[in-house]
Amino acid sequence: MPELNETLATAWQLVAGADARLADIVLLSLRVSLTATLIACVVGMPIGALLAVGRFPGRRPLIVLFNGLMGLPPVVVGLLVYLLLSRAGPLGQFGLLFTPAAMVIAQAVLVTPIVAALTRQVIADEWTEYREQLRSLGASRTRAAATLLWDGRFSLSTSALAGFGRAIAEVGAVMIVGGNIDGVTRVMTTTIALETSKGDLPLALALGFILITVVLVINAVAYAVRGWAERHWG
Amino acid sequence: MRAAWLTIEGLGLTEGNTRIIDDVSLPLAAQHTVVLGPNGAGKSTLLRLIHGLLHPTSGSLGWPQPLSQAMVFQRPIMLRTTALANVMYGLKLRGCAATECEMRARQALARVGLEALATRPARLLSGGEQQRVALARAWALEPELLILDEPTASLDPASSREVERIIKDIAAAGARILMTTHNLGQARRIADEIVFIDRGRIVEQTPVGQFFTQPQTDAAQRFLQEESP
Repeated sequence: MPELNETLATAWQLVAGADARLADIVLLSLRVSLTATLIACVVGMPIGALLAVGRFPGRRPLIVLFNGLMGLPPVVVGLLVYLLLSRAGPLGQFGLLFTPAAMVIAQAVLVTPIVAALTRQVIADEWTEYREQLRSLGASRTRAAATLLWDGRFSLSTSALAGFGRAIAEVGAVMIVGGNIDGVTRVMTTTIALETSKGDLPLALALGFILITVVLVINAVAYAVRGWAERHWG
Repeated sequence: MRAAWLTIEGLGLTEGNTRIIDDVSLPLAAQHTVVLGPNGAGKSTLLRLIHGLLHPTSGSLGWPQPLSQAMVFQRPIMLRTTALANVMYGLKLRGCAATECEMRARQALARVGLEALATRPARLLSGGEQQRVALARAWALEPELLILDEPTASLDPASSREVERIIKDIAAAGARILMTTHNLGQARRIADEIVFIDRGRIVEQTPVGQFFTQPQTDAAQRFLQEESP
Protein backbone atom coordinates (compact mmCIF):
# COMPACT_ATOMS: atom_id res chain seq x y z
CA MET A 1 0.00 0.00 0.00
CA PRO A 2 2.30 2.77 -1.22
CA GLU A 3 -0.44 5.38 -0.88
CA LEU A 4 -0.96 4.77 2.81
CA ASN A 5 2.79 4.80 3.41
CA GLU A 6 3.08 8.11 1.63
CA THR A 7 0.22 9.55 3.67
CA LEU A 8 1.86 8.40 6.88
CA ALA A 9 5.19 9.84 5.89
CA THR A 10 3.70 13.24 5.03
CA ALA A 11 1.70 13.24 8.26
CA TRP A 12 4.87 12.51 10.22
CA GLN A 13 6.71 15.33 8.47
CA LEU A 14 3.95 17.73 9.49
CA VAL A 15 4.19 16.67 13.11
CA ALA A 16 7.99 16.48 13.27
CA GLY A 17 8.45 19.75 11.44
CA ALA A 18 6.02 21.51 13.81
CA ASP A 19 4.14 22.85 10.80
CA ALA A 20 2.86 26.35 11.68
CA ARG A 21 -0.68 25.73 10.44
CA LEU A 22 -0.80 22.51 12.41
CA ALA A 23 0.55 24.20 15.56
CA ASP A 24 -2.10 26.94 15.37
CA ILE A 25 -4.88 24.37 15.14
CA VAL A 26 -3.52 22.30 18.03
CA LEU A 27 -3.02 25.33 20.26
CA LEU A 28 -6.51 26.64 19.58
CA SER A 29 -7.96 23.22 20.39
CA LEU A 30 -6.13 23.11 23.70
CA ARG A 31 -7.03 26.70 24.56
CA VAL A 32 -10.73 26.22 23.85
CA SER A 33 -11.10 22.84 25.56
CA LEU A 34 -9.00 23.70 28.62
CA THR A 35 -10.93 26.95 29.16
CA ALA A 36 -14.24 25.13 28.74
CA THR A 37 -13.14 22.41 31.18
CA LEU A 38 -12.01 25.02 33.72
CA ILE A 39 -15.40 26.75 33.54
CA ALA A 40 -17.17 23.40 33.79
CA CYS A 41 -15.17 22.53 36.94
CA VAL A 42 -15.81 25.88 38.61
CA VAL A 43 -19.54 25.52 37.96
CA GLY A 44 -20.00 21.76 38.00
CA MET A 45 -17.96 20.69 41.03
CA PRO A 46 -19.86 22.79 43.60
CA ILE A 47 -23.13 21.66 42.00
CA GLY A 48 -22.03 18.03 42.24
CA ALA A 49 -20.93 18.42 45.86
CA LEU A 50 -24.20 20.08 46.89
CA LEU A 51 -26.18 17.37 45.10
CA ALA A 52 -24.20 14.81 47.12
CA VAL A 53 -24.54 16.29 50.61
CA GLY A 54 -27.48 18.67 50.31
CA ARG A 55 -31.05 18.10 51.37
CA PHE A 56 -33.43 20.24 49.37
CA PRO A 57 -36.59 19.68 47.35
CA GLY A 58 -35.90 18.54 43.82
CA ARG A 59 -32.53 17.02 44.63
CA ARG A 60 -33.33 13.60 43.21
CA PRO A 61 -34.78 14.86 39.92
CA LEU A 62 -31.70 17.09 39.57
CA ILE A 63 -29.39 14.10 40.07
CA VAL A 64 -31.27 12.18 37.40
CA LEU A 65 -31.17 15.23 35.12
CA PHE A 66 -27.41 15.72 35.46
CA ASN A 67 -26.74 12.02 34.96
CA GLY A 68 -28.89 12.14 31.85
CA LEU A 69 -27.21 15.28 30.53
CA MET A 70 -23.86 13.45 30.60
CA GLY A 71 -24.94 11.94 27.33
CA LEU A 72 -25.93 15.20 25.64
CA PRO A 73 -25.34 14.96 21.89
CA PRO A 74 -22.75 17.62 20.97
CA VAL A 75 -24.63 18.65 17.82
CA VAL A 76 -27.73 19.45 19.87
CA VAL A 77 -25.67 21.55 22.29
CA GLY A 78 -24.12 23.25 19.28
CA LEU A 79 -27.54 23.99 17.85
CA LEU A 80 -28.87 25.42 21.13
CA VAL A 81 -25.82 27.62 21.69
CA TYR A 82 -26.03 28.67 18.02
CA LEU A 83 -29.63 29.82 18.57
CA LEU A 84 -28.62 31.71 21.71
CA LEU A 85 -25.69 33.47 20.07
CA SER A 86 -27.10 34.10 16.59
CA ARG A 87 -27.90 37.69 15.60
CA ALA A 88 -31.59 37.27 16.44
CA GLY A 89 -30.91 35.26 19.60
CA PRO A 90 -31.03 36.55 23.19
CA LEU A 91 -27.23 36.87 23.33
CA GLY A 92 -26.84 37.96 19.69
CA GLN A 93 -25.79 41.51 20.59
CA PHE A 94 -22.38 40.28 21.82
CA GLY A 95 -21.43 39.01 18.37
CA LEU A 96 -19.85 35.84 19.70
CA LEU A 97 -21.00 33.42 17.04
CA PHE A 98 -18.14 31.94 14.97
CA THR A 99 -15.51 32.97 17.53
CA PRO A 100 -13.43 30.81 19.87
CA ALA A 101 -15.52 32.24 22.76
CA ALA A 102 -18.64 30.62 21.30
CA MET A 103 -16.78 27.31 21.12
CA VAL A 104 -15.76 27.65 24.75
CA ILE A 105 -19.38 28.29 25.73
CA ALA A 106 -20.67 25.30 23.77
CA GLN A 107 -18.06 22.93 25.22
CA ALA A 108 -18.58 24.27 28.75
CA VAL A 109 -22.32 23.54 28.40
CA LEU A 110 -21.50 20.07 27.12
CA VAL A 111 -18.98 19.25 29.86
CA THR A 112 -20.51 20.83 32.98
CA PRO A 113 -23.08 18.05 33.52
CA ILE A 114 -20.34 15.44 33.12
CA VAL A 115 -18.15 17.10 35.74
CA ALA A 116 -21.15 17.67 38.05
CA ALA A 117 -22.41 14.09 37.82
CA LEU A 118 -18.96 12.53 38.32
CA THR A 119 -18.21 14.91 41.20
CA ARG A 120 -21.49 13.98 42.85
CA GLN A 121 -20.48 10.33 42.76
CA VAL A 122 -17.05 10.97 44.30
CA ILE A 123 -18.39 13.28 47.00
CA ALA A 124 -21.34 10.99 47.80
CA ASP A 125 -18.87 8.18 48.53
CA GLU A 126 -16.80 10.46 50.74
CA TRP A 127 -19.92 11.74 52.49
CA THR A 128 -20.87 8.21 53.49
CA GLU A 129 -17.50 7.86 55.17
CA TYR A 130 -17.19 11.35 56.72
CA ARG A 131 -20.78 12.27 57.42
CA GLU A 132 -20.98 11.48 61.13
CA GLN A 133 -17.58 12.93 61.92
CA LEU A 134 -18.25 16.19 60.08
CA ARG A 135 -21.69 16.60 61.63
CA SER A 136 -20.27 15.78 65.05
CA LEU A 137 -17.74 18.58 64.62
CA GLY A 138 -20.57 20.93 63.71
CA ALA A 139 -20.02 21.38 59.97
CA SER A 140 -23.01 22.73 58.05
CA ARG A 141 -23.89 20.93 54.83
CA THR A 142 -22.41 23.72 52.72
CA ARG A 143 -19.23 23.64 54.77
CA ALA A 144 -19.13 19.84 54.52
CA ALA A 145 -19.48 20.10 50.73
CA ALA A 146 -16.52 22.50 50.58
CA THR A 147 -14.44 20.29 52.89
CA LEU A 148 -15.15 17.19 50.81
CA LEU A 149 -14.35 18.98 47.54
CA TRP A 150 -10.91 19.77 48.93
CA ASP A 151 -10.49 16.37 50.52
CA GLY A 152 -11.45 14.62 47.29
CA ARG A 153 -9.26 16.84 45.12
CA PHE A 154 -7.18 13.98 43.75
CA SER A 155 -10.15 11.77 42.88
CA LEU A 156 -11.86 14.80 41.36
CA SER A 157 -8.97 15.32 38.96
CA THR A 158 -10.37 12.27 37.18
CA SER A 159 -13.75 13.97 36.82
CA ALA A 160 -12.09 17.03 35.33
CA LEU A 161 -10.12 14.80 33.01
CA ALA A 162 -13.22 12.99 31.79
CA GLY A 163 -14.70 16.41 31.02
CA PHE A 164 -11.60 17.49 29.13
CA GLY A 165 -11.54 14.25 27.18
CA ARG A 166 -15.10 14.85 26.09
CA ALA A 167 -14.40 18.50 25.15
CA ILE A 168 -11.25 17.94 23.11
CA ALA A 169 -12.75 15.00 21.20
CA GLU A 170 -16.13 16.40 20.19
CA VAL A 171 -16.79 17.78 16.71
CA GLY A 172 -20.48 18.63 16.47
CA ALA A 173 -20.76 21.56 18.86
CA VAL A 174 -17.60 23.45 17.83
CA MET A 175 -18.37 22.86 14.17
CA ILE A 176 -21.78 24.53 14.47
CA VAL A 177 -20.92 27.50 16.70
CA GLY A 178 -17.34 27.96 15.47
CA GLY A 179 -17.98 27.48 11.80
CA ASN A 180 -14.58 25.87 11.15
CA ILE A 181 -13.12 29.11 9.79
CA ASP A 182 -9.50 28.68 8.68
CA GLY A 183 -7.13 30.41 11.08
CA VAL A 184 -9.92 31.54 13.40
CA THR A 185 -12.06 28.71 14.71
CA ARG A 186 -10.50 25.64 13.18
CA VAL A 187 -9.66 23.02 15.81
CA MET A 188 -8.28 19.49 15.58
CA THR A 189 -11.56 17.64 15.30
CA THR A 190 -13.22 19.98 12.81
CA THR A 191 -10.08 20.00 10.68
CA ILE A 192 -9.91 16.21 10.67
CA ALA A 193 -13.54 16.03 9.57
CA LEU A 194 -13.05 18.62 6.83
CA GLU A 195 -9.68 17.46 5.50
CA THR A 196 -10.84 13.85 5.39
CA SER A 197 -13.85 14.78 3.32
CA LYS A 198 -11.61 16.89 1.05
CA GLY A 199 -9.20 13.97 0.71
CA ASP A 200 -6.23 15.71 2.39
CA LEU A 201 -5.43 12.71 4.51
CA PRO A 202 -1.90 13.61 5.74
CA LEU A 203 -3.09 16.68 7.67
CA ALA A 204 -6.08 14.79 9.07
CA LEU A 205 -3.87 11.93 10.10
CA ALA A 206 -1.24 14.19 11.68
CA LEU A 207 -3.93 15.84 13.76
CA GLY A 208 -5.30 12.43 14.67
CA PHE A 209 -1.86 11.43 16.01
CA ILE A 210 -1.63 14.58 18.06
CA LEU A 211 -5.18 14.30 19.40
CA ILE A 212 -4.55 10.77 20.62
CA THR A 213 -1.18 11.74 22.08
CA VAL A 214 -2.67 14.70 23.96
CA VAL A 215 -5.37 12.50 25.49
CA LEU A 216 -2.87 9.78 26.45
CA VAL A 217 -0.35 12.21 27.95
CA ILE A 218 -2.96 13.97 30.03
CA ASN A 219 -4.28 10.66 31.31
CA ALA A 220 -0.78 9.51 32.18
CA VAL A 221 -0.08 12.73 34.09
CA ALA A 222 -3.34 12.43 36.00
CA TYR A 223 -2.58 8.81 36.82
CA ALA A 224 0.84 9.78 38.13
CA VAL A 225 -0.60 12.63 40.20
CA ARG A 226 -3.16 10.31 41.79
CA GLY A 227 -0.53 7.71 42.58
CA TRP A 228 1.68 10.32 44.16
CA ALA A 229 -1.25 11.74 46.12
CA GLU A 230 -2.25 8.35 47.43
CA ARG A 231 1.25 7.66 48.66
CA HIS A 232 1.57 11.13 50.10
CA TRP A 233 -1.85 11.72 51.67
CA GLY A 234 -3.46 8.29 51.93
CA MET B 1 -27.38 11.40 94.81
CA ARG B 2 -26.02 13.82 92.23
CA ALA B 3 -28.37 15.69 89.92
CA ALA B 4 -28.68 14.20 86.44
CA TRP B 5 -26.92 16.03 83.60
CA LEU B 6 -29.19 14.26 81.15
CA THR B 7 -32.63 12.78 81.63
CA ILE B 8 -33.75 10.44 78.88
CA GLU B 9 -37.53 9.97 78.69
CA GLY B 10 -39.20 7.20 76.71
CA LEU B 11 -36.59 7.36 73.96
CA GLY B 12 -37.30 5.17 70.95
CA LEU B 13 -35.88 4.67 67.47
CA THR B 14 -37.70 2.47 65.02
CA GLU B 15 -36.45 1.55 61.57
CA GLY B 16 -39.02 -0.31 59.53
CA ASN B 17 -40.42 -2.82 61.97
CA THR B 18 -37.31 -3.03 64.11
CA ARG B 19 -37.14 -1.20 67.41
CA ILE B 20 -33.47 -0.39 67.68
CA ILE B 21 -33.99 1.67 70.82
CA ASP B 22 -37.13 0.71 72.70
CA ASP B 23 -38.63 3.06 75.28
CA VAL B 24 -35.42 3.98 77.10
CA SER B 25 -35.82 6.13 80.21
CA LEU B 26 -32.69 6.91 82.14
CA PRO B 27 -31.15 9.62 84.28
CA LEU B 28 -27.43 10.05 83.64
CA ALA B 29 -25.78 11.57 86.68
CA ALA B 30 -22.45 9.76 87.00
CA GLN B 31 -19.34 11.54 85.77
CA HIS B 32 -18.12 8.48 83.84
CA THR B 33 -20.70 6.14 82.37
CA VAL B 34 -19.95 3.04 80.32
CA VAL B 35 -22.71 1.44 78.27
CA LEU B 36 -22.32 -2.34 78.02
CA GLY B 37 -24.34 -4.93 76.18
CA PRO B 38 -24.14 -7.68 73.56
CA ASN B 39 -23.53 -6.95 69.88
CA GLY B 40 -26.54 -5.30 68.28
CA ALA B 41 -27.98 -4.24 71.63
CA GLY B 42 -28.24 -0.63 70.43
CA LYS B 43 -25.26 0.82 72.31
CA SER B 44 -23.87 2.84 69.42
CA THR B 45 -27.34 3.96 68.40
CA LEU B 46 -28.05 5.23 71.91
CA LEU B 47 -24.83 7.25 71.85
CA ARG B 48 -25.67 8.70 68.45
CA LEU B 49 -29.14 9.71 69.64
CA ILE B 50 -27.62 11.47 72.63
CA HIS B 51 -25.03 13.19 70.45
CA GLY B 52 -27.73 14.33 68.02
CA LEU B 53 -26.49 12.39 64.99
CA LEU B 54 -29.78 10.48 64.92
CA HIS B 55 -33.25 11.74 65.64
CA PRO B 56 -35.49 9.63 67.89
CA THR B 57 -38.85 8.48 66.61
CA SER B 58 -40.28 8.92 70.10
CA GLY B 59 -39.33 10.29 73.49
CA SER B 60 -36.98 13.10 74.38
CA LEU B 61 -33.64 14.09 75.83
CA GLY B 62 -33.79 16.51 78.74
CA TRP B 63 -30.64 18.56 79.26
CA PRO B 64 -30.91 20.63 82.46
CA GLN B 65 -27.99 22.62 81.07
CA PRO B 66 -26.86 22.27 77.48
CA LEU B 67 -23.42 20.63 77.43
CA SER B 68 -20.83 21.12 74.72
CA GLN B 69 -20.08 17.72 73.23
CA ALA B 70 -17.50 15.93 71.16
CA MET B 71 -17.56 12.38 69.87
CA VAL B 72 -14.86 9.86 69.01
CA PHE B 73 -15.80 6.98 66.75
CA GLN B 74 -14.59 3.42 66.49
CA ARG B 75 -12.85 4.12 63.21
CA PRO B 76 -11.00 7.45 63.16
CA ILE B 77 -11.98 9.60 60.19
CA MET B 78 -9.04 11.66 59.00
CA LEU B 79 -9.11 14.34 56.33
CA ARG B 80 -6.42 14.21 53.62
CA THR B 81 -4.20 16.73 55.32
CA THR B 82 -1.77 16.87 58.23
CA ALA B 83 -2.53 15.65 61.75
CA LEU B 84 -2.35 19.26 62.94
CA ALA B 85 -4.81 20.50 60.30
CA ASN B 86 -7.20 17.70 61.26
CA VAL B 87 -7.20 18.92 64.87
CA MET B 88 -7.51 22.54 63.73
CA TYR B 89 -10.49 21.73 61.51
CA GLY B 90 -12.84 21.19 64.46
CA LEU B 91 -11.61 24.37 66.13
CA LYS B 92 -12.07 26.42 62.96
CA LEU B 93 -15.67 25.24 62.69
CA ARG B 94 -16.23 26.77 66.13
CA GLY B 95 -14.91 30.02 64.79
CA CYS B 96 -11.58 30.34 66.55
CA ALA B 97 -8.94 32.63 65.07
CA ALA B 98 -6.15 31.02 63.03
CA THR B 99 -3.22 31.62 65.37
CA GLU B 100 -5.13 30.67 68.52
CA CYS B 101 -6.51 27.68 66.66
CA GLU B 102 -3.05 26.42 65.81
CA MET B 103 -1.78 26.95 69.33
CA ARG B 104 -4.66 24.99 70.85
CA ALA B 105 -4.33 22.25 68.26
CA ARG B 106 -0.62 21.87 68.99
CA GLN B 107 -1.32 21.70 72.73
CA ALA B 108 -3.94 19.01 72.14
CA LEU B 109 -1.52 16.98 70.01
CA ALA B 110 1.13 17.33 72.70
CA ARG B 111 -1.30 16.01 75.31
CA VAL B 112 -1.88 12.85 73.26
CA GLY B 113 1.87 12.51 72.68
CA LEU B 114 1.83 13.23 68.95
CA GLU B 115 3.58 16.60 68.86
CA ALA B 116 6.34 15.13 66.73
CA LEU B 117 3.89 13.89 64.09
CA ALA B 118 1.97 17.18 63.76
CA THR B 119 2.95 17.82 60.15
CA ARG B 120 2.60 14.23 58.96
CA PRO B 121 -0.29 13.29 56.64
CA ALA B 122 -2.94 12.01 59.04
CA ARG B 123 -4.11 9.12 56.88
CA LEU B 124 -0.65 7.60 56.75
CA LEU B 125 -0.40 7.33 60.55
CA SER B 126 -1.04 3.96 62.21
CA GLY B 127 -4.54 3.12 63.42
CA GLY B 128 -3.58 3.85 67.01
CA GLU B 129 -1.99 7.18 66.10
CA GLN B 130 -5.04 8.16 64.04
CA GLN B 131 -7.30 7.43 66.99
CA ARG B 132 -5.08 9.62 69.15
CA VAL B 133 -5.39 12.43 66.59
CA ALA B 134 -9.17 11.95 66.78
CA LEU B 135 -8.95 12.21 70.57
CA ALA B 136 -6.83 15.35 70.26
CA ARG B 137 -9.39 16.80 67.83
CA ALA B 138 -12.15 16.13 70.37
CA TRP B 139 -10.11 17.30 73.35
CA ALA B 140 -9.11 20.55 71.66
CA LEU B 141 -12.79 21.50 71.66
CA GLU B 142 -12.76 21.20 75.47
CA PRO B 143 -16.09 19.38 75.56
CA GLU B 144 -18.15 19.14 78.73
CA LEU B 145 -19.31 15.74 77.51
CA LEU B 146 -17.08 13.37 75.55
CA ILE B 147 -18.86 10.48 73.85
CA LEU B 148 -16.77 7.53 72.69
CA ASP B 149 -18.10 4.64 70.62
CA GLU B 150 -15.82 1.60 71.02
CA PRO B 151 -12.70 3.78 70.73
CA THR B 152 -10.26 0.87 71.14
CA ALA B 153 -12.16 -1.89 69.32
CA SER B 154 -9.89 -1.92 66.26
CA LEU B 155 -6.60 -1.28 68.06
CA ASP B 156 -3.76 -3.48 69.26
CA PRO B 157 -3.26 -3.80 73.05
CA ALA B 158 -0.47 -1.21 73.29
CA SER B 159 -2.48 1.40 71.36
CA SER B 160 -5.54 0.52 73.44
CA ARG B 161 -3.68 1.24 76.64
CA GLU B 162 -2.46 4.57 75.28
CA VAL B 163 -5.97 5.56 74.18
CA GLU B 164 -7.34 4.56 77.57
CA ARG B 165 -4.68 6.69 79.28
CA ILE B 166 -5.80 9.68 77.17
CA ILE B 167 -9.48 9.09 77.96
CA LYS B 168 -8.61 9.12 81.65
CA ASP B 169 -6.65 12.36 81.20
CA ILE B 170 -9.62 13.98 79.44
CA ALA B 171 -11.86 12.76 82.26
CA ALA B 172 -9.41 14.11 84.84
CA ALA B 173 -9.58 17.48 83.09
CA GLY B 174 -13.26 17.57 84.01
CA ALA B 175 -15.17 16.21 81.00
CA ARG B 176 -18.07 13.85 81.54
CA ILE B 177 -17.43 10.56 79.77
CA LEU B 178 -20.05 8.42 78.07
CA MET B 179 -18.65 5.45 76.20
CA THR B 180 -19.20 1.94 74.96
CA THR B 181 -16.58 -0.77 74.94
CA HIS B 182 -16.23 -4.52 74.57
CA ASN B 183 -13.30 -4.53 76.93
CA LEU B 184 -14.67 -5.27 80.40
CA GLY B 185 -11.38 -4.43 82.11
CA GLN B 186 -11.46 -1.04 80.44
CA ALA B 187 -15.08 -0.51 81.50
CA ARG B 188 -14.13 -1.34 85.07
CA ARG B 189 -11.17 1.06 85.02
CA ILE B 190 -13.03 4.00 83.49
CA ALA B 191 -16.64 3.81 84.64
CA ASP B 192 -18.33 5.08 87.79
CA GLU B 193 -21.56 3.59 86.58
CA ILE B 194 -22.53 0.87 84.11
CA VAL B 195 -25.62 1.05 81.94
CA PHE B 196 -26.40 -2.44 80.63
CA ILE B 197 -28.65 -2.65 77.59
CA ASP B 198 -29.99 -5.53 75.54
CA ARG B 199 -32.22 -5.49 72.46
CA GLY B 200 -32.69 -1.76 72.69
CA ARG B 201 -33.90 -1.75 76.29
CA ILE B 202 -32.24 -0.74 79.53
CA VAL B 203 -31.67 -3.86 81.59
CA GLU B 204 -29.89 -2.29 84.50
CA GLN B 205 -28.02 0.78 85.67
CA THR B 206 -25.61 -0.02 88.45
CA PRO B 207 -22.51 1.47 90.12
CA VAL B 208 -19.43 -0.12 88.59
CA GLY B 209 -18.21 -2.05 91.67
CA GLN B 210 -21.56 -3.63 92.17
CA PHE B 211 -22.09 -4.44 88.49
CA PHE B 212 -19.03 -6.62 88.27
CA THR B 213 -19.52 -8.36 91.62
CA GLN B 214 -23.30 -8.56 91.99
CA PRO B 215 -25.15 -7.69 88.80
CA GLN B 216 -28.85 -7.05 89.41
CA THR B 217 -30.17 -9.12 86.54
CA ASP B 218 -29.66 -12.58 85.09
CA ALA B 219 -29.05 -11.06 81.66
CA ALA B 220 -26.10 -9.05 82.96
CA GLN B 221 -24.82 -12.07 84.87
CA ARG B 222 -24.86 -14.19 81.70
CA PHE B 223 -23.22 -11.37 79.72
CA LEU B 224 -20.39 -11.11 82.23
CA GLN B 225 -19.84 -14.89 82.16
CA GLU B 226 -19.78 -14.99 78.36
CA GLU B 227 -17.54 -11.97 77.95
CA SER B 228 -15.04 -12.80 80.69
CA PRO B 229 -11.99 -14.64 79.48
